[in-house]
Amino acid sequence: MVSTPIFKYVEQGGTPVLQASGNWTVFSIRGLRRRRRLNRDRPPVRQEPRLIDITGVERLDTAGVLELLQLAGGGRDTPVRAREQGQADLFRVVQSHNVQTPSEPHVNWISNWLAEVGHSLVDIYLQIIALCDFFGEILVVTAGALAQPKRFRPSAIVRQMYEVWIAALAIVGVLCFLIGVVIAYQGVQQLRQFGAETFTVEAVGVGIFRELGVLLTAIIVAGRSGSAFTAQIGTMQVNQEVDAMRTIGLNPIEWLVLPRILALLLSMPLLVFWGNMAGLLGGAVACTIYLDFTFVQFFARLRDTVGIWNFYTGMIKAPVFGMIIAAIGCFEGLQVRGSAESVGQLTTRSVVESIFCVIVLDAVFSIIFLLAGV
Amino acid sequence: MAEGGQLADHRNGRDVILRLRGVRTQFGDHVIHDHLDFDMFRGEVVGLVGGSGTGKSVLLRTIIGLNPARRGEIEILGTNTRHLRGKAEHALHAHMGVQFQDGALFSSLTVAENIMVPIREHAGLEEEAMRCIAALKIALVGLPPDSGEKRPSELSGGMRKRASLARALALDPELLFLDEPTAGLDPIGAAHYDELVRELQQSLGLTVLMVTHDLDSLYAVCDRIAVLLDKRVVAGTMDELLAYDHPWVQEYFHGPRGRAAATGQERKAASNGK
Repeated sequence: MVSTPIFKYVEQGGTPVLQASGNWTVFSIRGLRRRRRLNRDRPPVRQEPRLIDITGVERLDTAGVLELLQLAGGGRDTPVRAREQGQADLFRVVQSHNVQTPSEPHVNWISNWLAEVGHSLVDIYLQIIALCDFFGEILVVTAGALAQPKRFRPSAIVRQMYEVWIAALAIVGVLCFLIGVVIAYQGVQQLRQFGAETFTVEAVGVGIFRELGVLLTAIIVAGRSGSAFTAQIGTMQVNQEVDAMRTIGLNPIEWLVLPRILALLLSMPLLVFWGNMAGLLGGAVACTIYLDFTFVQFFARLRDTVGIWNFYTGMIKAPVFGMIIAAIGCFEGLQVRGSAESVGQLTTRSVVESIFCVIVLDAVFSIIFLLAGV
Repeated sequence: MAEGGQLADHRNGRDVILRLRGVRTQFGDHVIHDHLDFDMFRGEVVGLVGGSGTGKSVLLRTIIGLNPARRGEIEILGTNTRHLRGKAEHALHAHMGVQFQDGALFSSLTVAENIMVPIREHAGLEEEAMRCIAALKIALVGLPPDSGEKRPSELSGGMRKRASLARALALDPELLFLDEPTAGLDPIGAAHYDELVRELQQSLGLTVLMVTHDLDSLYAVCDRIAVLLDKRVVAGTMDELLAYDHPWVQEYFHGPRGRAAATGQERKAASNGK
């Protein structure tokens, strides 16, 4: 069993000595310092020990040596008397690696907080600059590719489109359908109070076409494709694949970023259209249940009352949102440095930033459409 | 051949720290080790070598317990690990230290905090005592004192290896495993590292198993060498292996690099003798 470490200060022939026995290992010295601190009022030593006597010590390791040295008043060159050569060697090794007891880092939370705020403001500023820089680079590369269209690499674009469009159809369809049902149900509930429940059709049509279809799709795409872009490019960055590309003379913007942006630019309107149709279907299903409408009545009323520009406004936003999501996803992927940890951090950041940008742009579009009167 | 894959018996009455008997590992149908026997004795440094794909790292992972053996018995410090669960398994981890190839330091913690993780888990010392121990281990492995407050990502590859060794030594384990400790270090750094391992091994009384391809390390540090051949281990001193009749062993130790390392060692021994 672990025998506890025992120590006492004695005098041997006029020399103050620290005498230790028992086990002095990392597993046995627990609580030693706390007990000493409790006994602080009773001064244990009048004089610093000139010798450490460990002839009674059974087991010893570096942690035990550190503890003994501390008890001896921190004297790094105090001689030691040991029974075994190994223990004396251990003392010598620890003493020769002269360690200063590191002090606890002092924390001032106010200045820490201020520094953090300052750092994040500077970070945001630098981020915006870097993002503008990145957009500029994309435009330059795109212009270069327009001059030589074969540099657009259609096969890569098609492969990305499969990932971001076909593979997303199911989830976008289901979620938009459910939102259509929910809006129709709420519309019926509220409008029935004025006897105007047939206006539910307009509520569903305008709501889905103008805002909800495109916003919901954009948020889903940011969560599944934007994050995937960051993770893919970030992992390549960690593996130095991006550096390898540069040394071979391939431009990562052209090879990694452009196909993804073009794929999402083309896929987003297709996905939004699909989402709109699913949303309308959901609304129609809800109306047949709550309003005794038939499908024909629902779509006839939709055709008569919801103007085509409601549909267009949503579809105009789609490619812009797609581009911004892809660009932010790729940008954050290229920001990855060094460790795998930063892939995770930047993936989170890419999703947050792209959803933020999508909603801000949506507000901007609302103002533009308001001024344009559509 | 003597017991435990040895060419000759080197036990000399020492404790058996590690004992493998009839170990078999496989992935799917691919058998990597079969009927593998291997012993390690207290206080020795054994180098584990083998061609690419012979399963050096797999053997290391099997011994540590990261990769279960399909068959056979593994005894570490006299404890059979096969049916070890819960507290007993947890306690055994306190007596083993592992340095992974790329450090495997926890990236969200500083180097000092990395070293304190095993101490906190197994010994539960006070913060101040743990800081002292961490500072000592950092000095022992030859890192500058200020590296304790750094994140692993701020260190160079060689420093990360040293920091990882410091974490492996946190609890003064009896058994230390090193996975390619000198790979990726410059020759001077690698030589210093060899000396460091030797010095720590002697002063702390460690038993060390190191996977390495560094022939200079094998000559400088290792008491015995274990070679993975035909899914089994053949272990012996350098002299025994130099005389061992197997084409891979012959090419490994008598090839140009093997000879260069041997002459380098002789020259060093001669200059020390003067």
